[in-house]
Amino acid sequence: MFAYVVRRVLYAIPIVIGVNLITFALFFVVNTPDDMARMQLGIKRVTPEAIHKWKAERGYDKPLFYDGQAEGRDKFTNTIFFTKSIRMFVFDFGREDNGRDIANEISTRMVPSLAIALPTFILSLLVTISFALLLVLFRATYLDFWGVVLCVAMMSVSSLFYIIGGQFLVAKLWNLVPISGYANGLDAPRFLILPVVVGIIGGIGAGTRWYRTIFLEEINRDYVRTARAKGLSELRVMFGHVLKNAMIPILTGVVVVIPTLFLGSLITESFFGIPGLGSYTIDAINSQDFAVVRAMVFIGSVLYIIGLILTDISYTLVDPRVRLQ
Amino acid sequence: MLRLAQTILACAAVLAVSGCGDVWNDPYPAVDRGLNVLYSAFTDRPKHLDPVQSYSEDEATYNAQIYEPPLQYHYLRRPYELVPLLAESLPKPIYYDDQDREVSADAPGVAYGVYEIRIRSGVRYQPHPAFAQAASGGPRYQSLTADDLAGIRSLADFRETGTRELEAADFAYQIKRLAHPRLHSPIFGLMSEYIVGLKELAAALKDADKALADQGKPGVWLDLTRFALPGVEVVDAHTYRIKVKGRYPQFVYWLAMNFFAPVPMEVDRFYAQPGMAERNLVLDWYPVGTGPYMLTENNPNARMVLERNPNYHGERYPADGEAEDRSAGLLADSGRPLPFIDRVVFTREKEGIPYWNKFLQGYYDQSGISSDSFDRAVRVSVEGQTAVSPEMAQKGIQLETAVSTASRYFAFNWLDPVVGGPGGERAKKLRQAISIALDWEEFISIFANGRGITGQSPIPPGIFGFIEGEHGVNPVTHEWVGNAPRRRPIDAARRLLAEAGYPNGRDETTGQPLTLMLDTTERGPDDKSRLDWLRKQFAKLSIQLEIRGADYNRFQERVRKGAAQMFVWGWNADYPDPENFLFLFLTQQSRARLQGENAANYANPEYDQLYERMRLMDNGPERQAVIDRMVAILREDAPWSFGFHPKDYSLRHAWIGNAKPNQMARNTLKYMKVDPVLRAQRRREWNTVVLWPLGLMALLIAAGITPAAIALRRRERARALPSVTR
Amino acid sequence: MPILPVVLWTDLLLFALIGVAIAAAFYVRGQPHLLAGWRGVAAGGAAMSALTVLTAFVAVGVLDSIHFRAELGGSKGGEHRYAVEVTSLFDVMVSGLRARTEKTYSAPLSAQLFSRESVERADGTQSREFPRLRHGGAHLKDPQSEAGADFAGRVLRGSALALVLWLAVGGFLAAALARRHGVTASEVWRDIWRGDTSVAWRAMLVSAGLLLAVACPVSMLAEAWHVFGTDKVGQDVLYQTLKSIRTALVIGTLTTLVTLPIAVGLGILAGYFGGWVDDVIQYIYTTLNSIPGVLLIAASVLMMQVVIDTHPDWFATSAERADARLLALCLILGVTSWTGLCRLLRGETLKLRELDYVLAARAFGVSQARIMARHILPNLMHIVLISVVMDFSGLVLAEAVLSYVGVGVDPSTISFGTMINSARMELSREPMVWWSLLAAFVFMFLLVLSANLFADAVRDAFDPRMQSLVRPRRAPRPAGAA
Repeated sequence: MFAYVVRRVLYAIPIVIGVNLITFALFFVVNTPDDMARMQLGIKRVTPEAIHKWKAERGYDKPLFYDGQAEGRDKFTNTIFFTKSIRMFVFDFGREDNGRDIANEISTRMVPSLAIALPTFILSLLVTISFALLLVLFRATYLDFWGVVLCVAMMSVSSLFYIIGGQFLVAKLWNLVPISGYANGLDAPRFLILPVVVGIIGGIGAGTRWYRTIFLEEINRDYVRTARAKGLSELRVMFGHVLKNAMIPILTGVVVVIPTLFLGSLITESFFGIPGLGSYTIDAINSQDFAVVRAMVFIGSVLYIIGLILTDISYTLVDPRVRLQ
Repeated sequence: MLRLAQTILACAAVLAVSGCGDVWNDPYPAVDRGLNVLYSAFTDRPKHLDPVQSYSEDEATYNAQIYEPPLQYHYLRRPYELVPLLAESLPKPIYYDDQDREVSADAPGVAYGVYEIRIRSGVRYQPHPAFAQAASGGPRYQSLTADDLAGIRSLADFRETGTRELEAADFAYQIKRLAHPRLHSPIFGLMSEYIVGLKELAAALKDADKALADQGKPGVWLDLTRFALPGVEVVDAHTYRIKVKGRYPQFVYWLAMNFFAPVPMEVDRFYAQPGMAERNLVLDWYPVGTGPYMLTENNPNARMVLERNPNYHGERYPADGEAEDRSAGLLADSGRPLPFIDRVVFTREKEGIPYWNKFLQGYYDQSGISSDSFDRAVRVSVEGQTAVSPEMAQKGIQLETAVSTASRYFAFNWLDPVVGGPGGERAKKLRQAISIALDWEEFISIFANGRGITGQSPIPPGIFGFIEGEHGVNPVTHEWVGNAPRRRPIDAARRLLAEAGYPNGRDETTGQPLTLMLDTTERGPDDKSRLDWLRKQFAKLSIQLEIRGADYNRFQERVRKGAAQMFVWGWNADYPDPENFLFLFLTQQSRARLQGENAANYANPEYDQLYERMRLMDNGPERQAVIDRMVAILREDAPWSFGFHPKDYSLRHAWIGNAKPNQMARNTLKYMKVDPVLRAQRRREWNTVVLWPLGLMALLIAAGITPAAIALRRRERARALPSVTR
Repeated sequence: MPILPVVLWTDLLLFALIGVAIAAAFYVRGQPHLLAGWRGVAAGGAAMSALTVLTAFVAVGVLDSIHFRAELGGSKGGEHRYAVEVTSLFDVMVSGLRARTEKTYSAPLSAQLFSRESVERADGTQSREFPRLRHGGAHLKDPQSEAGADFAGRVLRGSALALVLWLAVGGFLAAALARRHGVTASEVWRDIWRGDTSVAWRAMLVSAGLLLAVACPVSMLAEAWHVFGTDKVGQDVLYQTLKSIRTALVIGTLTTLVTLPIAVGLGILAGYFGGWVDDVIQYIYTTLNSIPGVLLIAASVLMMQVVIDTHPDWFATSAERADARLLALCLILGVTSWTGLCRLLRGETLKLRELDYVLAARAFGVSQARIMARHILPNLMHIVLISVVMDFSGLVLAEAVLSYVGVGVDPSTISFGTMINSARMELSREPMVWWSLLAAFVFMFLLVLSANLFADAVRDAFDPRMQSLVRPRRAPRPAGAA
């Protein structure tokens, strides 16, 4: 298994290079280094000299991909792409355009992002799976039918409405929690309840439907019939057999998501004023801070790959028959 | 479903525990309740807090409380007036000719002027590790090694701090920093034209920096005291002189900005040590000043906290102001020592809805108001005066208004053949027609709820040169009816359009419909209605308007290249002098040709000549006459449709005192005060918890689960029985 | 009136899509196994109700996709001059809604503006009051006393019209069915009433009736009132909601359509050939997949905007530019979403190529391209179909979120996303301006809900995996029970 993981990690390298290349190309079609300088230097009284100085200082005065004037290897290495990308692989993200250290920033912002994402993820998993089991338990009854209808209806509501509505009712009309903001430590739950609950409710529709399908698929298998024939109670069948055997399809969808929880949620974080990585990314997009966007994309893709590897490993844990070579 | 019930119960439990207290939705820690703290919010995080680089409004919110330049604006008096802050008196320039002989100000051969500034004695800096002294006597933290920095993540981790007295050399050091090769001062370009030797200093510093980099020591501290700046002379510990080329009467206004605030050499050196920048410990993030407050928490993602500077030199609340200030209670605290508030907490609030709602709940003490929340708050009375709505008044919310020293305008590109200078008389008529058709009064009433006044000239009210009443009306677009200006009827615009050769919006000769292009950076959904409105205005003249939205960079680029035909833009005053607005039309400021600030690329030699005269004059009837002439030229040529001067409104709760909007001064927090007892009481009243929805939710869930549970039970039994009989 | 037809790219693709759908319908008639699937869909009540609602939405969208530039009056020398503004057939049909703009907000069915304004009285004094609207309820002298009767009259007339239309539709249907099956119309009516038909006509008629019952009175009211109120610059909200439908349809359908060739082509190639082809294709989609979706979309949209911004001469009118942006948004959304379908198809192809008849075809020396086109592709079509219908609602919802992040459609395009975004701030007004948000919510919910219901039915009918799961619920009652 160790060898397998090592091989997967090696496979990941070309993917990460590809990701880097794509982001880089996309970003520099949008923004010439001149634009970035202007964005950072403000509106008033910006002189061409100031722009030149800004670029030189940050290494944006080099050619993008290929330097025709340089000699030998320098043709490729003395470019913005090379100098900016090579550091990424040792997780040196450099600085934001306004001078703050990106790695430092990411490490502090990760905490609030996780504080929202982790509870939302775990609770909504629990809630949706319980709902789905309930529906399957009552399959072919009015409860199942209306449950599915409710799910479809809930899926058809834009997530923006859940956030706007939740804030309006819970925080404004009923004064139950602060409308927005974030605090560390013991104060945190007051700020987290609303976004987490909104996140769970927003995901119930799609999640429940998805797990219901998985469970229905399992419940028609022979082993379930056998178990029932043995006289096991329906509840026992559900939790003892169906849930256990549905683990593989569940894991496929779930494990790959876990690492990316670090990235936070763009919309939730900016609506609720949570200083996490999601709002960091939005800010970076808005202020066209290339260094930050690239760092976030890089981390995102690395986390995704980690997620894929974790998924494979988790299979072996759930199902001893699966072997990784 | 049981799990959901559990989750909700758990949530309720957490709520009950954490919210134990009278209100549940207080976003601040319980220990802070009842303290002398001001709560405010910020939307965009500050980019630079280094006084050499910082130029934007949201950065000044903090910096102006921390740094103190030699001069400041009087808090209460209008028109705006400079008064000494760190200086002992307002400096008066002494002029010299090129032979270094003293000459009078209006003499023809003036080569430079010298400003001598005497600073107050006994002023000390805020406590800061850069000033800390070791037991042995030397500076404590000026030669830090990697080991010393091991456990350090923020400035608070340095255990010892110190202070020292302010010296004239600190001002000189800061002026040299304007030319620093590693910093980007927005005013360096301008100042290098005026301060003697600044340009040469920049070149010398650049070479020195390069030499350091070549030696493999990039980023090592550059000791500016080793470099000479002939334009700044430190006379003694409390006096320095600045030598300014030619005559530049507006220079004193710059002395009221943080670019000229003192920065001690020790601090610069402290932050330049290796390992500091990696920890974000830089002057750009941790300002050090002599002002009433110091920045104690710097987390631009969530919260910024200013706390009272224990070493503050003390200043007293002003003793006089405008006539109505006394009745407004603004002079009650005259002579009392500043500042009044112990701590100011700024919380990041990116979205408008939470911002506004928290203000209404009493968690922000003051609020700028967006147009959408405006109807709720503000009512325009019969006399046209603005007041808060009855509901707000009942809450004790008060309103402050002031016309900002800014202009929003609609510009025609002078280089364009259709609407610009090359179009001659025809284009002029067209511009005038459009200027009439653009109904800015309606714009203000829809988009700003009346928060603004229509521009009759580029000069906003409150600045010398602005004329109120009938004589200040732009005769091209308005006429004086009764006792108010009225926009000329649309027929007048149509007539002008016909005279321009476009009857009914069609070219006389070709019959082609006239199509104009508007470049805009507005592309968000909220801007859509604004664009719809603009289209409506041109439709009144049957002109086809094409709107080209682009991102800010692209928009700027088009303006810079002179490729934009028409665009909407604005200018905020740097200082309260008409020069700061009239220079926006100079030929040598052309954006497209010379990268200046004249975005419309307007060019008129007569205007340029008048400007040169106006620039050097003192305010008075003579200067007014020149300004009137210049404004008349602009009105006739109409390179801008003078849009409007926005009004700044701010709402504040009853527990805030001494608030008066001041467009020029940013260091206003020191004048304000808070009544925490009243605040606590109001917050309790306004945030009563509504519990029935929680109960209802629990009931609903129970109602949903019960039949399901019963049905399940029944089914289990039905299944179980046969197997027993079998 | 002479007009200059304008065919926007999205129009073209939308009509192409409709053409393909019609062609596909004819093809299906000759394919028993496909026909069976569709029969399954047609038997479901919920699916057919959803289809009815969807049809109404599509009708609006199609009418809104026929674009032209109207002629300006007073042309010179026989040459026609056309307005720069591009309008659609739908705009002309509801030109009243479009033209009747007020100054600013007004509540649904209100005769006054929503906020007070200083009004100069006849005697020269000023007062703050709610001014009357220019159009909404302008035909009444005293709206307060007359409005009730006016509403009642209009609703009554609308309901009567709805009833007539509904009876006409029902009668026509019955007559057509009767002729086809050779029975009397009353028998057909009875079967429909009992739900004894192979196609769920009853459900369709009921939902059509409901639709008419709402639409007719609303259109009657809309002649003189703003049924959903007006927005900030006084535009009718009903008009905006209706215009949003086309944008939603375009995003929901074209996105999958434009990237379908890539997904299908690459998926089949990877699965069929394996080896290095497979490696390269897998590499491409894993790389794309591993970039966080929103970031990739944001960066691409910004890039595409720059391209559009730097070539203003490519587009004659702003409508064309907005359209290019819409299409580009579809493309970008497609690029980020094709990877899932591609992987699915690759997996399926891997299975198919080992099947006997494919092996046989290969042994007979049939060319690779022919095998892929004749034997593999048709057997993948159900997956493609399912993914197209399943993606629709997700894409409509995604548009709203993207517009929030600022990388959605062009601001001049009316869409649910832009409506929700500008309505967000209105909630904090007091008194609250709730109608734009509610109107957007209701229409979007209806559209997505019916799309979801229909998609479910299609999936149930065509996904072999699903059939075993769903059938038991729909199984006929045992004979003895009847």
